[in-house]
Amino acid sequence: MRRGTTIYLYELAWILPSIAIPVGMLVALIVTAFGAGIHVPGDEGRVDPTKLAVTSPFDQPGVFEVGPGRYEARMVAGTWFFAPNEIRVPAGSTVTFVATSKDVVHGLFIPKVNVNVMLLPGWVARVVARFDRPGEYPFLCHEYCGIAHHTMWGKVIVEPRS
Amino acid sequence: MRTSGGRTTDLASENRLTGAYLVVALVALFGGVLTGLFQALEHAGLDLYPWLTPFIQSYYHGLSLHGVLNVLVWTTFFICGFLPFVTAQALGLPLKSRPLGWVTFWLMTGGLVLAAIPLVGNVATVLFTFYPPMKAHWAFYVGLTLVVVGTWLVALNLVLTHRAWRAKNPLARTPLPAFMSLVTFVLWTIASLGLAAEMLFMLIPWSLGLVGGTDALLARVLFWFTGHPIVYFWLLPAYVSWYTLVPRQAGGRLFSDPLARVSFILFLILSTPVGFHHQFTDPGIPEGWKLVHAFLTFAVFFPSLLTFFNVVASLESGARARGGKGWVAWFGKLPWGDPSLAAQVLAMLLFAFGGVGGLINASFNLNLVVHNTSWIPGHLHLTVGTAVTLTFIGITYWLVPYLSGRALWSRRLALVQVWFWFFGMAIFSNALHRLGLMGMPRRTMIGASVYLQPEWRSVLPLVGIGGTILFVSTILYFVNIGLTVVASREPAAVEVAFAEALSGPEHAPAILDRWGLWVAMAVVLVVIAYGPTLARLVSTTPLNAPGLRVW
Ligand code: HEM
Ligand SMILES: [Cu+2]
Ligand SMILES: [Cu+2]
Repeated sequence: MRRGTTIYLYELAWILPSIAIPVGMLVALIVTAFGAGIHVPGDEGRVDPTKLAVTSPFDQPGVFEVGPGRYEARMVAGTWFFAPNEIRVPAGSTVTFVATSKDVVHGLFIPKVNVNVMLLPGWVARVVARFDRPGEYPFLCHEYCGIAHHTMWGKVIVEPRS
Repeated sequence: MRTSGGRTTDLASENRLTGAYLVVALVALFGGVLTGLFQALEHAGLDLYPWLTPFIQSYYHGLSLHGVLNVLVWTTFFICGFLPFVTAQALGLPLKSRPLGWVTFWLMTGGLVLAAIPLVGNVATVLFTFYPPMKAHWAFYVGLTLVVVGTWLVALNLVLTHRAWRAKNPLARTPLPAFMSLVTFVLWTIASLGLAAEMLFMLIPWSLGLVGGTDALLARVLFWFTGHPIVYFWLLPAYVSWYTLVPRQAGGRLFSDPLARVSFILFLILSTPVGFHHQFTDPGIPEGWKLVHAFLTFAVFFPSLLTFFNVVASLESGARARGGKGWVAWFGKLPWGDPSLAAQVLAMLLFAFGGVGGLINASFNLNLVVHNTSWIPGHLHLTVGTAVTLTFIGITYWLVPYLSGRALWSRRLALVQVWFWFFGMAIFSNALHRLGLMGMPRRTMIGASVYLQPEWRSVLPLVGIGGTILFVSTILYFVNIGLTVVASREPAAVEVAFAEALSGPEHAPAILDRWGLWVAMAVVLVVIAYGPTLARLVSTTPLNAPGLRVW
């Protein structure tokens, strides 16, 4: 039996755009990833989760100025806290979060600036965010980490430049 | 006794087996939607958990039950009942080994019970993803592993059955429903290796105290190795129905059988090497490998679009045969009075939104906006929670009458149920999507959270309203199915009739039936996409994270 030409044409008329659409989206993705410099977390190496208290930089959680307008927040997450849980920086600062977990899986999520990273025990996470507008930016743990998971949070307080 | 492909075969044992799986699946679904209701109400500000102890001891205990019962038990048991049924019907052959079929069922059910004991007892409150170092009772891991082993035995039985058929039909194309069922189980067998490795080499020895620690990242990589393709294990059986049964229910024919085969082969090849798209925000995996997985994820979109086209064109052929006209107006001419068809077409409709959302999740940098927010449960209730679940519900509207020999108790009630689900889900899922964009996290007891934002408050009630409508819908469903089995007096007039195709199997190139080639391609892609990362993680892992019970 011969296959109807119409069916063949219909199939083709659909197959071609079906290839073109994902390819187009992929191009958009590559452009934003490399052109606009929007990055996802990468590999920053391991750290022994049972020895954080004696391992730099996690032996000293806190916020450190590392250059003009540039800060580094060294954070440890645990059940059910962030240390530090309050981070103060002036408006216009770029903050690099270097964080890990001391027990189970946690997350670090700051909605307004798209900081979104998993904190895994044994692994160092590093993400960068810029805080231009003064105000409070809550950060929360967004991975289930036990019975009081919904109490685990902190905030970045961005102060107006004087 | 029934006829199939000109032969007469007695499939009574297969039918009983399918019925047995269905019973377990439906019990799980009931537990799943009940716990879902409590979550939805909690989000809306109505915290029922204080009244639910000792049965449900916390929000997270309920959520663990919800995830496991819905996506691990309901789906898996339905599929292990449905696809062997379809295969036997399509090939006109009984399962190659009926004893193996029953042993498999009892192995899976035994595994389920073993896993359920700690789960119900609140010693496995680790959610359905059980990420270590959170540590559940060993019976939870062992039980789930037995269920997975059971699915491999189902795969084995299907392969043996297909072989027996092939011996008698050396030149014919495998009938489409059987072909699709086999692809689904072969895909799953490859995909489940990650989960099996996680269980056997990490979680089980660790939970038994044989090794001291775990590696959170290695466990997540192995979990998502299985965790993405598992969605195709859920979805492809729904596609089996959409491709091979729905066109006929709509009064039409399948548009293109060869194109259907091509899209299934593509799913087989492409659906495993993409798991990093669940780990875009994980540390320890280089960005380059994440990009590779993002790339392959977009490639899987291609067979999805082929499916969309083929299924819609088939529906259209049915609607036009019934007098439908116009570009879109034909849609109204579908036999909407048939609840089985209505359920599945509405499932497709909501799935279209789920597909668009899925593209956003997969988009690497857009993922930063939505990852682990309530956008994700918003999305997954459209996909596994509706495209799959509502389709399976639609299937049971003919399958239960067929198996029990009793007509559906009420067609009208079934229609009400289906539309309730549609509207309830539209409200519920839309609310969760919006809340996710507002920065609301998922897997969180929102009503009790210390950071509840004022702007969330205006949308949260919709989660409760949508969830309640969904719950009512499922109650109507269970009442109808229950009464069908116990009270319906009319004999069922159901036949299992697969759709014919406008362009049939005789147009499918023989190479599509050559399994070795496609499986080899799938394996090679998996090795490329996962090999380097897995080799690095395994060779360097200190397995030094101690386990904790944190609930
Ligand atoms: C009455 C119907 C249902 C309601 C009201 C409901 C409600 C919910 C809610 C509110 C959540 C979010 C919990 C959170 O993130 O804290 C959730 C999560 C979830 N639901 Fe449902 N659901 C229903 C049916 C289903 C069905 C049928 C499925 C799948 C077959 C399903 C699968 C899931 C999964 C996998 C999650 C994520 C669990 C996790 O994050 O661990 N749900 N559900
Ligand atoms: Cu946490
Ligand atoms: Cu996925």
